[in-house]
Amino acid sequence: MDTIESALRAAIGIQAVYFCLAAIGLNVQFGYAGLLNFGQAGFLAVGAYAFAVSVASFDLPFFVAIFVGLAATALLALILGIPTLRLRADYLAIATIAAAEVIRLFFGASFKDYFNGRDGVSQFSTAFQEANPFSGPVLGFRPDDFWVMVVGWTLVLLSSLLLLLLMRSPWGRVLKAIREDEEAVRSLGKNVYSYKMQALVLGGLIGCLGGFILAFGQNSVQPDNFSSDLTFIVYTMLILGGAARIFGPIFGAVVFWGSLSLISGILGDLTAGDNPILPTWLITDQQIGSVRFMIVGIALILLMIFRPQGVFGDRKEIALDAR
Amino acid sequence: MPDKTELAQDPAKPSIDDPILVADNVTRTFGGLKAVDVEHVEIPRGKITALIGPNGAGKTTFFNLLTGFDEADTGTWTFNGRSIANTPAHKVARLGMVRTFQLTKVLSKLSVLENMRLAATGQKGEKFFSALFSGLWSGQEKANTERARELLARFKLDAKEDDFAGSLSGGQRKLLEMARALMVEPELVMLDEPMAGVNPALKQSLLGHVKSLREDGMTVLFVEHDMDMVRDISDHVIVMAQGKVIAQGTPDQVMGDQRVIDAYLGEHHDTDITQERDPSAAPETEAR
Repeated sequence: MDTIESALRAAIGIQAVYFCLAAIGLNVQFGYAGLLNFGQAGFLAVGAYAFAVSVASFDLPFFVAIFVGLAATALLALILGIPTLRLRADYLAIATIAAAEVIRLFFGASFKDYFNGRDGVSQFSTAFQEANPFSGPVLGFRPDDFWVMVVGWTLVLLSSLLLLLLMRSPWGRVLKAIREDEEAVRSLGKNVYSYKMQALVLGGLIGCLGGFILAFGQNSVQPDNFSSDLTFIVYTMLILGGAARIFGPIFGAVVFWGSLSLISGILGDLTAGDNPILPTWLITDQQIGSVRFMIVGIALILLMIFRPQGVFGDRKEIALDAR
Repeated sequence: MPDKTELAQDPAKPSIDDPILVADNVTRTFGGLKAVDVEHVEIPRGKITALIGPNGAGKTTFFNLLTGFDEADTGTWTFNGRSIANTPAHKVARLGMVRTFQLTKVLSKLSVLENMRLAATGQKGEKFFSALFSGLWSGQEKANTERARELLARFKLDAKEDDFAGSLSGGQRKLLEMARALMVEPELVMLDEPMAGVNPALKQSLLGHVKSLREDGMTVLFVEHDMDMVRDISDHVIVMAQGKVIAQGTPDQVMGDQRVIDAYLGEHHDTDITQERDPSAAPETEAR
């Protein structure tokens, strides 16, 4: 029972929340507009660091710092988008993955007075935790963590509602059309470049909210929080749930972290004690951390084979690609 | 360029009353190859103009230049008297000059009806902030949907409106692309090989649709290979070969033109390859 309980807890925990926000942002870019952003980690990093440094080094008020974080992320989207969005889709992919790595290394190595190298920035969430209405543990979560989760899931709800409104509007229709064939959209009098830019900025801003949640949840930000693994896990969750579906990234995040925790819990039980159920030549308890990702990987491969559209996708849509 | 003087005398400056589109000195080179080198072209308003020429003549490249899908090295062209040289494609379309593609570009994962709705111009709901409030655009959307349904009925696609566009057959895609272009309410419709890969029965119906555009007061410019079809529906023909316009005029004038026959069939098409070049061989026997 402990195993299931901790799996459920992981499924709605802080990690699931900020990955979920990152996936919702990516859903705007990749799912709806077809933009290959392989640097979502960079958007989270810039948002989180801009906020953290604004508070820790410059003593800016909470909401001003939030604004600085959002503005910095929007600026990053513009810098990446202006040179690449007129080019073929793969150029954006190259530029974003490179930019995300540059950003991570930059935070780790430059302006050590502000960024503190690999130790990262901390001491910035006083204002956030002062507003915490919870004083005792809730559902077994520490009150600080639960407060972050409440704010995080509220942001997930709000951004999903925003997307719901946008994607059923003519604006969303243009975005989906651009994903299908941007030349056709251009021939019908739509400014494709402007729509792609809007999608990149909007997706980046939602990802930036994820960066804030990460920062609040850890009470610190380090460069290693934003490695390219983060981006790829976000893609995995998005495809698991179903791209271009409002509920896809939420489902993906919850199921991904839930099952990851469940697998390590079960493996932990099976390898525990002096006389474990699984023989030690096969697996020891030190190997669980890696093996759980292997099992999740296999599960995803199977999913791609038997349900390529993701859980919420439409099989008929995927079948069109094969024509 | 030995034949430039000859060009200036004959096919250029045909002086059409009130042309909708006039292009001058349009050139485009790819590396060392001059793909398009058009001195002067006029498209008569309210008529069907065919742009013909052998493969590689530069027709599609010329199309791309005029519609802003490619950038010309030199040249000026005007649409309704307004210069649109090197204007971005979406602005060209908004001015009322809409094109289709040689390889049809339907938006596969959008329904047929959504494909149509997308093409309507001036939609308020396409702006980010007004998109959030459906009250601001739902009336317009309703009107656009009505117009889309009328057009779909005209192109016999009304039964398919909820299907994914990607599930349509090749011919139906051609029809959808044409119908979608009309949603933009264009003055000039530019069709790049509308009949390519279409069966003969559907060809007839497509022809009917192209003619009906003229009846509705639109101007049509289309690229085509099939000479019988060109003769059947076009009022004006422009012939390109090796990037240049080699003849302009009515279908009968153009098809009797020796340069056109040479361009299509080769200069020595009427001499027996086993014989030496014989100047006395009669050229007019090949003129259909």
